[in-house]
Formats: sequence, structure tokens, C-alpha cells
Amino acid sequence: MERVPILKIGDILLVSIQIDMSDQTAVTLQEDLAERIVATGCHGVIIDITALDIVDSFVGRMLSTIASISKVLDAETVVVGMRPAVAITLVELGLSLNGIRTALNVERGMELIAATRDDDPGYDDDPEGVESGTAATSP
Amino acid sequence: MTAGVDLGPKTQAIGSDEDVVRVRQLVRTVAVAAKLSLVDQTKLVTAASELARNTLIYGGGGTAEVTVVEDGRRRGVRIVFADSGPGIADLDLALTDGYTTGGGLGLGLSGSRRLVDDFDIQTAPGEGTRITVTKWSR
Ligand SMILES: Nc1ncnc2c1ncn2[C@@H]1O[C@H](COP(=O)(O)OP(=O)(O)OP(=O)(O)O)[C@@H](O)[C@H]1O
Ligand SMILES: [Mg+2]
Repeated sequence: MERVPILKIGDILLVSIQIDMSDQTAVTLQEDLAERIVATGCHGVIIDITALDIVDSFVGRMLSTIASISKVLDAETVVVGMRPAVAITLVELGLSLNGIRTALNVERGMELIAATRDDDPGYDDDPEGVESGTAATSP
Repeated sequence: MTAGVDLGPKTQAIGSDEDVVRVRQLVRTVAVAAKLSLVDQTKLVTAASELARNTLIYGGGGTAEVTVVEDGRRRGVRIVFADSGPGIADLDLALTDGYTTGGGLGLGLSGSRRLVDDFDIQTAPGEGTRITVTKWSR
């Protein structure tokens, strides 16, 4: 079985799906990512699907599940690079990518994750973030 | 006809999830050769992926046969998914968005019907399932 590599870039895990994944490969990616989020303490996951020429219900569900798992593990997932034909097909298939945040490309995805972490008062890795977070919750 | 491109029927066995990947690849190749538009290729390959997975999971495996068809005015791609599994007892129910007996999203059958132009199912309890879909060029 082929495996999709997960790269760590700063505080972000980047997954660039370059192959037509079998269902088993997709499930393994889901598990590998959960482990890497915990092992690295990363707060952002970017899944680049630029190379995917289809997203069916199985992969769509995998993307939703990854988004939910990462949320529980205190990380934001952003899916980037969805092709227009894929978006059109997903809507007609009836798949609502529940809870999935999307951005145009990897760069925009990184900006989105950074912006989300800045807005979140619960973000406590940045020493200044702790202060502003505390201030925001005190009367 | 385009010289050098074999447009005859091609069959792919479906016995593992790697075979589902092969069905997608075969359908994509044929859809490109038949000159379907990019969006139509994407819709057909997505529908094929859903139906091939159903053939594997619920039908216990089977085959996909992919053929280029012509109706005088248009060219299209037809795929027949066949298995000798348990069949579908209540077809209306199975074709309802969200209905699943396998913990899926229940979108495979109903969604792929929306993605193709012609959709036909022959099935009966104990007699397997045969689904024929066609996507026409426009
Ligand atoms: N080839 C088949 N043989 C027997 N039963 C089938 C077959 N294909 C589909 N079914 C039945 O129809 C139901 C609906 O299928 P459908 O593909 O729409 O949903 P699903 O496979 O359960 O979920 P999803 O495809 O969204 O992951 C299945 O749960 C199964 O009970
Ligand atoms: Mg299905």
C-alpha cells in the first residue's frame, strides 16, 4: 500500500496528496496525521489537493474526519487547491464538506491558520497571546 | 474516430480497493479518449468510484466494463458494474440520499445517479446487481 507523506513546516503539517489514494491509503493517512499532530504539537494542518482530479464520498468523508480529529487535538485543518471541476462535482454528488475550511492555495491556507490562531484567546503557546487571552476573559 | 486510440470495450475486475483505483484510472482514460469535457470526465470518474466501491463492499466484488458508445449525434462513455452479491431488496430506499446499511454517507447511489446522464439498475434479492451508467458528450 502506498503512503502519503506528511511534512512539518514550522508549526504546520503539510500533506500534499499526489497519488490516487486507495481507501486503505486514505484511512492510514487519517491515522498518521492524528499521531503526527500529537507528536509534533503542531497547531495547523494543510491538506493540498491540487493534484486530485476527483474527490468522492470516501475521500470527502476522510477530509471531514481529519478536520474534526485535528480540532479535538487543538489544530486547525485547511484544505487547499480544490479544482473547480471537483467542487462542481462534489456539490452535485451531495457532499457537504462539513466543518472543512478551504483556501485557494498553500500560502492562503497558512495565512488563514495564522489568523485563526491569533483570534483564539485560548491559544497559549505564544507568551503574549496568554496575556491578551487572560485580559479578554477578565472583567 | 481518433487514430491510435483503442475505443473498444475494456473490463476491470473489482476485488480489492486497489481495483477501485484501477476502475477510476480506466474510466478517466476512456473519458479523455472519448473527448468528454473536463467537468463531465470528473463527474463520470467520481460516479464510477462510488459504484465500484459499492460493487466491492456490498456486491462482494464483480466487474466494471467501460465502452465508448455513439448514438449518431453524440459520443459517450458507458460503464456496466456487475456483481453476483445479495442484490438490493428496496431499490427506492437504496436510492434515497443518506440511506446506508454500511455506515457510509448514503450518497453513492443517489449521488452518482445525479452525476451521469443515463442510470439503470437491474437487481433482485439473491440475484446480484447490475448498474449501467452513461455520460454523453455535449
Ligand atoms: N452492489 C450492491 N449490492 C447490494 N447492495 C448495494 C449495492 N450497492 C448499494 N447497495 C445498498 O445500497 C445502499 C446505499 O448505497 P450508497 O452507495 O448510496 O451508500 P453507502 O455505500 O452506504 O454510503 P456511501 O457510498 O455514501 O459511502 C448501501 O448501503 C447498500 O445497502
Ligand atoms: Mg456507496
